[in-house]
Formats: sequence, C-alpha cells, structure tokens
Amino acid sequence: MAVAGSVVVIFLFVISILSPWIAPYDPSAINLKKVLVSPSVNHIFGTDQLGRDIFSRMIWGSRISLKVGFVATGISILIGAILGALAGYYGRWVDAIIMRFVDIMLCFPSFFLILAVIAILEPSIWNIMIVIGLTSWMGVTRLVRADFISLKERDFVQAAKIIGAGDFRIIFSHILPNAMASVLVAATLGVAGAILTESALSFLGIGVQPPTPSWGNILTAGKDNIDIAWWLSLYPGLAILITVLGYNLLGEGIRDSLDPRLRD
Amino acid sequence: MLRYTVKRLLFMIPLLIGITIICFAVIHLAPGSPTDMQTSLNPKASLEAKERLKSLYNLDKPLHEQYFLWLKRLAVLDLGNSFSPDRRPVLDKIAERLPITITINVLSMILIMIVAIPIGVLSAVRQDSFFDKATGVFVFVGFAVPTFWLALLLMILFGVNLGWLPISGIRSLNYEYLTPWSAFWDLVKHLIMPVILSAFGGLAGLSRYMRANMLEVIRQDYITTARAKGLSERIVIYKHALRNALLPVITILGLSIPGLIGGSVIFETIFAIPGMGQLFYMSVMSRDYPLVMGILFIGAVLTLLGNLIADMSYAVADPRIRVS
Repeated sequence: MAVAGSVVVIFLFVISILSPWIAPYDPSAINLKKVLVSPSVNHIFGTDQLGRDIFSRMIWGSRISLKVGFVATGISILIGAILGALAGYYGRWVDAIIMRFVDIMLCFPSFFLILAVIAILEPSIWNIMIVIGLTSWMGVTRLVRADFISLKERDFVQAAKIIGAGDFRIIFSHILPNAMASVLVAATLGVAGAILTESALSFLGIGVQPPTPSWGNILTAGKDNIDIAWWLSLYPGLAILITVLGYNLLGEGIRDSLDPRLRD
Repeated sequence: MLRYTVKRLLFMIPLLIGITIICFAVIHLAPGSPTDMQTSLNPKASLEAKERLKSLYNLDKPLHEQYFLWLKRLAVLDLGNSFSPDRRPVLDKIAERLPITITINVLSMILIMIVAIPIGVLSAVRQDSFFDKATGVFVFVGFAVPTFWLALLLMILFGVNLGWLPISGIRSLNYEYLTPWSAFWDLVKHLIMPVILSAFGGLAGLSRYMRANMLEVIRQDYITTARAKGLSERIVIYKHALRNALLPVITILGLSIPGLIGGSVIFETIFAIPGMGQLFYMSVMSRDYPLVMGILFIGAVLTLLGNLIADMSYAVADPRIRVS
C-alpha cells in the first residue's frame, strides 16, 4: 500500500513539473463557443462556464496543491519541532508555557482562525500557506515533545552531556535525529491535511483566487452549475481524494518501515 | 466531585485569557492599524466607520490599555456593533443564529455515536474478518474525502437527479402553509444532508478509535476472568468489555467539537443554512470586522465549554478520574 502511495505522490510531482507540456490547452484560455461542454474526446473532463478546459486547469492546479502542501507543512513542522523539542527537553515551566499555548490554540476551531486571519490579510496563495502552517503545528509539538521526554533519559544523551555537549547540540544533533521518524510521518500526513484545507478555502472563494486554477476553485464553478455540469464537481474532487489518499498511504508506510513500534 | 469541578474550572481561566490574547492579536495582525485596513479593503467604509472602529477598539490608546478596555467589554459580552447596514449588536446577530448551528452539530454528534460505536465494536470483536477489513478500507478512504466535495456529489444525486431532498435552506417556500407535521418533515428533509455530511468527518476517526479501545479492553485480565467464570461471550463483550471501552469516547467527542464548529462554515455555506457558520462566512466576505472577531471568540469559548462538559461527564462516568 505504501508503494501505491508513493506512486501517487511521484506521479503528482511529475505532473506538476511537466504541466506546461502535458496540459492540452492553455488553462486560462477562454473560449465562449465551448461553454460548459460535457466530457468528450477533445475535452476529456469537459469545460467550465468560460469554456476553459478542465483537464488542463486540473493539471496546473496540481502545482498549487503541491506548493501549499509543502510550504504549509514546512512551516508547521518547523514550529512544532522547535516548540516540542524545547518543551520536552527543558520540562518544567518551559514545558508548562508551551503546552498551555498548545491547549489554547486547540480551543480555536482551526477553520475559524484561518478565516479570521484571511479576512484581515488578502486571500493570496502565500497568505494561505502561511496561515495554514501557523494553525496546524500543535499535533507535531505534542509528538516531538513526547519523543524528547523519553529520549532525553537515554544513555546516549547522558554520554553527550558527560563529554560536555551544550543543550543546543544535544537537542539538534543528538535527540532530534532520533525523533525524525514521527516528524516525517506527521509531515506526510500534514501535507494531506494542508491540501484538504486549501481546497476547502479555495472552494469557499477565500483561497486561491481565480483565474489561477486550483482544484478547490474549480469545484466552486461546479457548485454554481450544479444542476447542469456534474463534471465540474466530479473530477477535481476525485483528484483531491486520490492525492490525499496517496499522502496518507505514504505516511502510514513510512511509519511502519521506519519504526515498527509506532504501529497500532 | 466538587474538588474536581473546581479544579477543572480554575484550569479554564488561563485558557480563557489565552483565547482573548490570541483574538486581540488577530485584531492587530494587520500591518498598520485595523482602521487603515478597513478603509483600504472596503472603499465604501466612511470616515464615520473608521471612527467607530477606532472607538470600538480604543486604537488611540496604548496597547495594554486597549487590551484591558476590550477585555472589560468582553466581560459583559459587549462585542460591538456589526458594520453591515443594519448595525445591530454583534451578540444579537450571533445569538439568533447559534441555535440552528448547535442543533446540527448535536445531531451530527449523535449520528457519529450511533454509527461509529457499533462499527468499531464489531470490527474489534471480529478482528481480521471481512467486515473488519471492509470498514478499515472505508475509514481510510473516509479520512481522505473532502467533505465539501461529497456534499456536491450528494446534492447532484439526491437534489438534482433524484429530486428527493432539498439542497438549500432549512425551510421550503410554502413553509407557512404546512401543517405542523409536514412542517416538521420539511425541516427534517432539509437537515438530512447537512447532518450526515458534518457527521461524516467524525465517523472515520471515532470508529477506528473505538476499535482500538475495544481490542485493548478485550485483552485485559478481567475479561479473561469473566470468560473463565463461564459467562456467555455476549455478556462478556457487551456488559464487561463495552462499558470500559466506551469511557474514552467521551473525550474524543469533546475533541471533535472544534472540527464540527469549524466545519459548519463549509456546510452552512454550501446548503445556505442560516447558522453561525454562514454568518461567519458572510462577515469574512464583507469584512465585517466586529462580527468576525465576535464569532471567532464565541467559537473558541464554545469549544472550551464543550471540552469542559466532556471532562465533567468523563469524571461522572469514571470515578478514577475524580480521585487522581
């Protein structure tokens, strides 16, 4: 299954890198003679209300998903790993403050927090990536903290202390590499989550703004034409589903292969 | 129990303060002052609106003073007035929309429980059976499905093609002329899809969790004892094991509250349901600043209350929690 997951992920990478060459049409070329054409040989996923080719828009949309997934997750992993490491390593009041902060952040329905921030800032792709990243680090923090609490008692950490290694070195070059398994799993699953969130935001019209194609904003057109053009709703959602499934499978696979103890 | 309650309530205070600080930070997130934002984003905002924002958040005062003045107003639940033409108090606008959102979320939670718990228990009891594997696949796919997309597909199927269920609002146009019974049925028909969809996200998680719990409980010594006494498998599973496996579910339900509340933005917008989620969406789109902040705050407080209720019910159900 992990193989299937990585095939999907690699496939998506290839598509998004090659999108200018594989997309049969210009994704933003408006053709008013071909408005809402149902799927056919020329337009295998049909066209939208402006006559744009959905297949081409979806190929270009894969770039957005990839970008949002990786940047947002990068931000959340960075924050989560640092805060989790500090909390787990130092314990006491550092731990208390960081973990209360986690509790507070978890009180906010994350979608509410994202929307409120987007309402203030402009809904651009960069803002969305940052906001998704800033609201999704809490799980990583907890994971890394738990790893640090158990790892810091191990002999190799004691040994490092005895030879006089500083806290910084112990945290980043001795303990953190040993906590990478759970971070990597959390990152893979995090990409899936970020892609889902971005598509929901774009669907609501507060994410990636048209004419830039994203899977979520094609679905908005699907909702607007729900009674006449089912293809606008079906295909982009399937793409999201398969992508998220791919990352989830890959994450589970990494979990099983890197650290058998993490298996349920 | 009293000691536990007091402890739990005291624990809420730092969280509540933290919530207010984050809300306050969001207000001041914008580069420049919120009043500048208001005018640059919404050219229609008059000088008067700008002044109102300024007085609402006391923007001419030092930051810490702003915060405490704002806190003082929050304490009496004064969330300011909406920027929409009606200029009604934010609290009133939220209050009239809250019941429908809470109703849908409570119904979804009940649905999650009555579907996910039996699935989890059955797949644990028949571990590795076809049923277990099939639900395993279903759950895995369920985690990956964008629920708003599922909503679109169901709308196309049941709303457009089959015409069985309405796809927007909570009432039909002829609502006022219906008999009480058919009016009720009308409401039910409008709520079926939103409730099922908002429950969908929680189903996968809870059923997996229930399965894991049940598997763990079944391996305990007291289950072996029950079997050794010669009790029937039925009694062992449903009386001895199930009760213990059910306890942690309360916590999971508590944890699912923010997800449900957050999801209400999506479902209420898709199905045009006049609840708090839709109000939030509209306030974000029109940059009705006091309303956005008000709903953000209320959403967080609701989550906090939900978690408190979950913790208290856990303590009622499991005496070990109260003691330790």
